[in-house]
Amino acid sequence: MDRREFLGGTAAFAGATALPGIARAQSTELSFFYPVAVGGPITKLIDNYAAGFEKDNPSVKLKPIYAGTYQETIVKALTAHKSGTPPVLSVLLSTDMFTLIDEEAIVPFDDFVKTDEDKKWLASFYPGFMENSQTGGKTWGIPFQRSTVVLYWNKDLFKEAGLDPEKPPKTWAEQVEFAQKLTKRDAAGNTTQWGIQIPSSGFPYWLFQGLSTQAGAILANAAGDKTDYANPGVVEALQYWVDLAQKYKVHPPGIVEWGTTPRDFFEKKVAMMWTTTGNLTNVRANAKFPFGVGVLPAGKKPGSPTGGGNFYLSKKATKAEQEAAFKFVRWITTPERAAQWSADTGYVGVTPAAYETEAMKKYVADFPQAIVARDQLSSAVAELSTHENQRVTKALNDGLQAALTGTKTPQKAMEEAQAEAERILKAYR
Amino acid sequence: MTNRATATIHGWLLLLPAMACLALFTHWPAVASFIESFHSTPKARRPARFIGLDNYQQMLADPIFWKALSNNLWFALGTIPTSIALALLMAVWVNDRIAGRTLVRMAYFTPTILPMIAVANIWLFFYTPQYGLLEQITGLFGARSTNWLGSQDTALYAITIVAIWKEAGFFMIFYLAALQAIPPSLGEAAAIEGASRWTFFRRIQFPLLMPTTLFVLINAVINAFRMVDHIVVMTRGGPDNATTLLLYYIYQVGFGFWDTAYAATLTCVLLALLALVAFVQYGWLERRTHYQ
Amino acid sequence: MSAAPHPAPAATRSDPYAPKGLALTLESTGAILLALIWVLPLAYAVWAAFHPAEYTTRFVLTAPLTLDNFTRAWAAAPFARYFLNTFILVTLILVFQIVLGTLAAYALARQDFWGRDVAFVLILAQLMIMPDALIVENYRTLAKLNLIDTIPAIALPYIASAFGIFLLRQTFKTVPKELDDAARVEGASPLQVLMRVYVPLAKPTYVAYGLVSVSYHWNNFLWPLLVTNSVESRPLTVGLQVFSSADQGIDWAVICAATLMTSAPLLVGFLLFQRQFVQSFMRAGIK
Repeated sequence: MDRREFLGGTAAFAGATALPGIARAQSTELSFFYPVAVGGPITKLIDNYAAGFEKDNPSVKLKPIYAGTYQETIVKALTAHKSGTPPVLSVLLSTDMFTLIDEEAIVPFDDFVKTDEDKKWLASFYPGFMENSQTGGKTWGIPFQRSTVVLYWNKDLFKEAGLDPEKPPKTWAEQVEFAQKLTKRDAAGNTTQWGIQIPSSGFPYWLFQGLSTQAGAILANAAGDKTDYANPGVVEALQYWVDLAQKYKVHPPGIVEWGTTPRDFFEKKVAMMWTTTGNLTNVRANAKFPFGVGVLPAGKKPGSPTGGGNFYLSKKATKAEQEAAFKFVRWITTPERAAQWSADTGYVGVTPAAYETEAMKKYVADFPQAIVARDQLSSAVAELSTHENQRVTKALNDGLQAALTGTKTPQKAMEEAQAEAERILKAYR
Repeated sequence: MTNRATATIHGWLLLLPAMACLALFTHWPAVASFIESFHSTPKARRPARFIGLDNYQQMLADPIFWKALSNNLWFALGTIPTSIALALLMAVWVNDRIAGRTLVRMAYFTPTILPMIAVANIWLFFYTPQYGLLEQITGLFGARSTNWLGSQDTALYAITIVAIWKEAGFFMIFYLAALQAIPPSLGEAAAIEGASRWTFFRRIQFPLLMPTTLFVLINAVINAFRMVDHIVVMTRGGPDNATTLLLYYIYQVGFGFWDTAYAATLTCVLLALLALVAFVQYGWLERRTHYQ
Repeated sequence: MSAAPHPAPAATRSDPYAPKGLALTLESTGAILLALIWVLPLAYAVWAAFHPAEYTTRFVLTAPLTLDNFTRAWAAAPFARYFLNTFILVTLILVFQIVLGTLAAYALARQDFWGRDVAFVLILAQLMIMPDALIVENYRTLAKLNLIDTIPAIALPYIASAFGIFLLRQTFKTVPKELDDAARVEGASPLQVLMRVYVPLAKPTYVAYGLVSVSYHWNNFLWPLLVTNSVESRPLTVGLQVFSSADQGIDWAVICAATLMTSAPLLVGFLLFQRQFVQSFMRAGIK
């Protein structure tokens, strides 16, 4: 029997035995949409959290609803918002903030932060995560399943190439140098092993933001109404990426698929890969060789974007529902639970306090690579997010892919992307 | 005249349940889309207002729309004739008494049964550079590594092949049925006349298959404009829109950009295009098609 | 050339154009080669599902067999309930499609009435309108009907099927007019004529259409995901989607296991009944 049915049954039973009128007045049902981005048993974990929360708060009935991928979840949530009853609480991409504000689908959390304790809680998150959660002096999202881009390397292949397996590249120049040593070709000139791989399918902007940040450029302003795609730093970063494949020939040519990149790494077809910290658990389970996880190599400076999902509160919900949802958000982001969630899923703990807990210390002792994500947060920047977010990032994505497949020069691709973004964003200033 | 009046009442009564559902879930939403295409996208602070042909002008100036349109025409050109020809070939083959035809028939039909979302992931593996199945096979012959989905020159072909694979076996079933329905006496008569097998096929079987061809053709045309599930998994329209098809773009505009009015505009254009093709086709073929 | 070709086998009539000897061998080879290509994704799914993850991309005959992938897939969602829901869903859709389709097709095929051609065009229009494009409007309608998160909500937009109506109309058109007239002379009402003459003759079309409809709705995904929220109403495909997670890259082993698991009833069904299916197609033929 499904556990949720069982819980529903007990709740109904409890309701029937209590005084009906009072029970109805106090019980709040809370629908909660969440996406699954890292696969596996997340639906079970969320169900367990819901059950735990209901135990602590019998007056609230939490209804977690698995809503597909991030893209499907926002489609589901906004469709419900436009023509039905939206969920009270949802986990959506942090970059969807402006879209959700423009659709008037969410309310800021500030109204619920009343006590000093609440204020302390709000201030407890990593600033790198809050950049994507606040605008115009208000907090619209609370970090939950967050991630960042890190470098994974195969220690065996490092040894084979005569490199120190404990030392990942620290700079762009080292990254090229190491990758050259790690690239192998057969007699016919076919590459059998690539030095490095940065995925570029689907959402290349996210990984590219690592490069552009390292080149000292910032892709968009905090108000989300102006981009800077044609900045010389951005062009330089793109040129570096293109050169990895075209000039140095240490990176596969064309578009590298995000979904197959971890597998490329397991198959030893690539020695170093850039991908999300959300892959930690996956790599740990499937890599048959010792591997290292490190912060991304620095250009002019170190840097990486954050990513992942935030909690949002629906504007259409009643005050009581919003209050209850707020309670749940506070409950699930306590240091202990944030630490547990991080250990279970591989997502980054969202508060420094989470890394001070016993659970986290145990996890990190067992799996030291998990700490890298935290170390990188000091140099992390907000993920690219603007008004009309998907349209504006698509302009960048298209430009990046055009340059990587060789149909446009980096300079031209970025100028065109900037012109397109400018056209779209003009209306928002 | 009363006869015709009774027939009209009967006719519409029979149509009523289906028509009511169609009106509620197809016609009304389609009309609503058409109306929406002349309005601006409603935003919380800016309700929709009438803007005439602005959306259509925006569309004409949108390079991605033109790219999607041309991609879609190539995709249609690639899938329609190939899948129909293959379907016919498959049907002719399994209609003959070849070895293991039950299994062969089953093999041709499997794509119809497997969900596209899952199968697209499998095809992704086939196309993966270096260790993908295609690469493992071509590697045996010493061919150079190709990034099928990651290059603008090959990505559209790669997704076209998946579409052909998905629908040819489905169409085969219809051809097979039609072939089986051709009376054997026709074959005997043709043999007496001394017609070659090719002549028999061209002069007798193929014309008799015309109603099936019409049916399959309509379906193939429509599929060419609505098979996008595999694109979501395999390329998301990339690299640089090389595999963006119209419906995928509509989905992106409507549910990614939330520009519902512009999505409605694109939908109307797609519908007009399909209507044009389908009705020309239907009018032309129905005249050449004879029912028993 | 001899008028009587080779002596026919006892049961079947001989087909003078059936390939023989070398031609048959060549044709069989071609057909089997094509079949091998066509079945490749399924074959791969079987390989990946029954072997540990490290063998998903390496085809070593000695690879150990495992059922782990199925265990993992089964544990990821309440699949037993999803199977039931999908079964209810496809049955519900098919029954309504057939009833509505039969009535409409009969009217279009054999009733001569005012507005028939317009009606036919209006119905055909649905063939071209992608349900995906109408999601927001249809969601709104169902929300007004208070049906969100129910199985009927998934079914409703599909129960009037232009494809089915078109198919049945073509079949009904092949029914000899004399049979229809004879029944009418005996005083049967149009509905009785339909039930006694047309429906029995179109049985193969129903079987064929059923196959198509069930395959399609068994695998439909986006719409069911949007209109349902609870385990009690969600179909299999929604459970399947848990495995195509975006962040982590593709785990082919578990995806393939889940795919096989969810499509197994269809595959087995087709394997068991394929003779009946194909014979159905044969007997009346779809034209």
